[in-house]
Amino acid sequence: MFGKLSWSAIPLDQPIPMVASGVVAIVVIGVLAWVFVKGWFPYLWQEWITSVDHKRIGVMYVTLGIVMLLRGFSDAVMMRSQQAVAFDSPGYLQPEHYDQVFSAHGTIMIFFAAMPLIIGLMNFVVPLQLGIRDVAFPTLNSVSFWLTATGALLVNISLVVGEFARTGWLPYPPLSETAYSPGVGVDYYLWAVQIAGVGTLLTGINFVTTILKIRAPGMSYLRMPMFTWTCLAACLLIVAAFPILTATLAMLTLDRYFGFHFFTNEAGGNVMMFMNLIWAWGHPEVYILVLPAFGIFSEVISTFSSKPLFGYRSMVMATMFICIVSFTVWLHHFFTMGAGGDVNTVFGIATSIIAVGTGVKIYNWLFTMYGGRVRFTTPMLWSLGFLVTFVIGGMTGVLLAVPPADFLLHNSLFLVAHFHNVIISGVVFGIFAGYTYWFPKAFGFRLDECWGKIAFWLTLVGFILTFAPLYVVGLLGMTRRMQSYDVPEWQPWVLLAGGGMVVVTLGVIAQIVQLVVSIRHRDQLRDATGDPWDGRSLEWATPSPPPPFNFAVLPHVENEEAYWTIKQRAREQNKLRPEPEYEELEMPRNSPTGFICAFFSTIVGFSMIWHIWWLAGAGAAGAFATFVVFAWRDIPEYVIPAHEVARIDRANRSTRLEALASYTGPRP
Amino acid sequence: MLDALGIMLAIVIPTIIATLGFAWWFRASNTRARYLPQWTYSGRIELVVWSIPTLVILFLGGVIWIGAHELDPAQPLKSNVKPLEVQAVSLDWKWLFIYPDQGIATVNTLTVPAGTPLHFSLTSASVMNVFFVPELGSMIYTMNGMTTQLYLQADHPGDFYGRSAHFSGDGFPGMEFTVHAVPTDAFQGFVQQTKSSGPTLDAAAYTELAKQSANVKPFTYSAVAPNLFSAITTQKLPPAPGPIEGRSIPNSPPNGG
Repeated sequence: MFGKLSWSAIPLDQPIPMVASGVVAIVVIGVLAWVFVKGWFPYLWQEWITSVDHKRIGVMYVTLGIVMLLRGFSDAVMMRSQQAVAFDSPGYLQPEHYDQVFSAHGTIMIFFAAMPLIIGLMNFVVPLQLGIRDVAFPTLNSVSFWLTATGALLVNISLVVGEFARTGWLPYPPLSETAYSPGVGVDYYLWAVQIAGVGTLLTGINFVTTILKIRAPGMSYLRMPMFTWTCLAACLLIVAAFPILTATLAMLTLDRYFGFHFFTNEAGGNVMMFMNLIWAWGHPEVYILVLPAFGIFSEVISTFSSKPLFGYRSMVMATMFICIVSFTVWLHHFFTMGAGGDVNTVFGIATSIIAVGTGVKIYNWLFTMYGGRVRFTTPMLWSLGFLVTFVIGGMTGVLLAVPPADFLLHNSLFLVAHFHNVIISGVVFGIFAGYTYWFPKAFGFRLDECWGKIAFWLTLVGFILTFAPLYVVGLLGMTRRMQSYDVPEWQPWVLLAGGGMVVVTLGVIAQIVQLVVSIRHRDQLRDATGDPWDGRSLEWATPSPPPPFNFAVLPHVENEEAYWTIKQRAREQNKLRPEPEYEELEMPRNSPTGFICAFFSTIVGFSMIWHIWWLAGAGAAGAFATFVVFAWRDIPEYVIPAHEVARIDRANRSTRLEALASYTGPRP
Repeated sequence: MLDALGIMLAIVIPTIIATLGFAWWFRASNTRARYLPQWTYSGRIELVVWSIPTLVILFLGGVIWIGAHELDPAQPLKSNVKPLEVQAVSLDWKWLFIYPDQGIATVNTLTVPAGTPLHFSLTSASVMNVFFVPELGSMIYTMNGMTTQLYLQADHPGDFYGRSAHFSGDGFPGMEFTVHAVPTDAFQGFVQQTKSSGPTLDAAAYTELAKQSANVKPFTYSAVAPNLFSAITTQKLPPAPGPIEGRSIPNSPPNGG
């Protein structure tokens, strides 16, 4: 009846997951009770859960990403503290638990923290920057989000029911095959990532279509803001790379569920096939994350230098260059396979060639600041922190691309330090920059600058203190994923990294305090103008937060800096453009399709993990029925009357007029 | 490797300094800095920013080409001495070293003559591992049903730490061994001594050894069935089992020394 599921699946004898999940359960129940007491359920359901508005979906993505970022961070704290005490001792985490922790850390950070945060910012910003009202497929967008949330939920369920994978964040066979991992851990991984991966693929399709087909009048490709360009590149990579992930994991699933032999030791299976395939997805994945972050840095550095981006076309070229070359480098993840000099040379050189594109970007950001008026706000600090630390991570990356060096450093903590160096300073700093930069647009008030700067400095210092020692201890030969070790030379460095983690933790706390303080002081921090940073792209033309339809009348774009041009013209003539004729607007209706689909997907995933076949069948039928019901809907849109559009836009115009009147800067 | 690092540092350090310098000099409050709100393109700078990284990578490409070929693990070392053959098998979770020419085998310990090239043929009984002796050089994967090649040499006598560098399951941290590099005659003594006592490694003993066990103390086999290594790589001896239900993982093997 219930497959492999029984009461023994709940690890009552293990205090750490029990206490952790107990705390989470109390928090969730508390939040639900609070929402219930306040009577907010209808509001949440109508305005958020069923919303197909790209801005709302973006905010929900970012919220999910932040929650999972904290979850992945607590795994990191456990790993660093375990290694700090595990010299010549078993520490406090047994191998079977420690192995789950590092597997969950990697899986969560990449799939359920970094991806939702990047896709969330993309969702919120790209349609605004394009000057349009929504994405190409709004309901599909909601489905994407809820499928991602399903994956995150399954990973968290594994904490309480059963176990998570003990195979690392990429489940290399044959270790991940049934013979060596008979438990449900790998199945949790497979179904969580598979379901979330479908969501990501749909997002990719949605945004490629949106950017290629729907843009404001006059916005040619070479007038799109840099962030939109990098999102286009990332979504093209998603569309090309995620099917590889889906197919690879499907093959492993067939191996595990039906005794196939794609990657087994026996019967002609080939483990290296898995490694080739997974990295053919995995390396582009790195750029799926980092390219939009590069886009954020481009926006932030240009805005806070009060200058257009230097070498815009060059930046576009570099972006697309990285986008393409990222598909030709995967083998550098296993030079030590022993493929021979020729193969390793080709992939080593291809890998370092990527650094050309990145190098060009770094210099262009540098020259964007040159001759500018640099304002050191929190987003700008994150960007500068990125520029300084990222070049070091890039350098160690090129070093690892040299095969003889990789033969000494592969799988060492040097490698771990390298990819954290690039992902934290590249992706995470980018996300934080974007989060502080666009927060006022989303919520109508800025984040507290003082706490933001404290968070920045603590995070930067902690980040350096944590990973600089890992570079050293990697050079000393320490391998990654060690639950305990007995080499005395490593211990001081491991302890130092543990100390760095304490500082990072303070940074995380400061970041949380920043949010709380900002919400409490939201009236002082209110952004009445809709343009708090003197921005240059179209999102700053809308009020904060923007109305559901974003733009009352689609703006006409004349060059790369659409809003800056409008603003400069207003400053020149000291008046706004004449009021347009307002017309009624049709917007897509909210739909619970995404949420219900995800509900059934959760059932399918969970019952497949536990081999409850009848329930999996029922879940799949439910998901299909949801789709059919949606396809038969009669009224896909609702109408916003012209007077409502006029009312909202007139309010926006009056704040712009006030801003214009109080403007004291130079006029062109 | 140091060349590559040097070349890149020559670029990276000025870049960091320029970043901080530009940001500080062009701070909004500095009235002495020129404000160039329209300065967004310069053909000459574009040329430079594309050519600096390109030239560096061109140069590094040469380093990569030469390094990848000369230092390939399967490349025999230049030496007048005939290499010592060692067959290494990664098991869950210990290392088996077979000396085919001497007819002996060791577990989690490897004694080799210093100054003699070592030719390793490597495979795995079950999951993937990486053979790694940090002080001697190259890593290489071990994979079931496949053989990889590696040449190493200990120039001087000494003890070197070695371990698996690829996560392979719960017993992975204890998957370490010591390489004892000894003078050539001491190596002959080691071979004689090993032959004089200890269990014999045949297919049955191997099957027993291949079951999962962790933190195995080093021990030796006085004799090895011929062609055992090839039986493992060709899967005549089937891949080792994973966890067996109801059997906890012992901390030393059942027939261990």
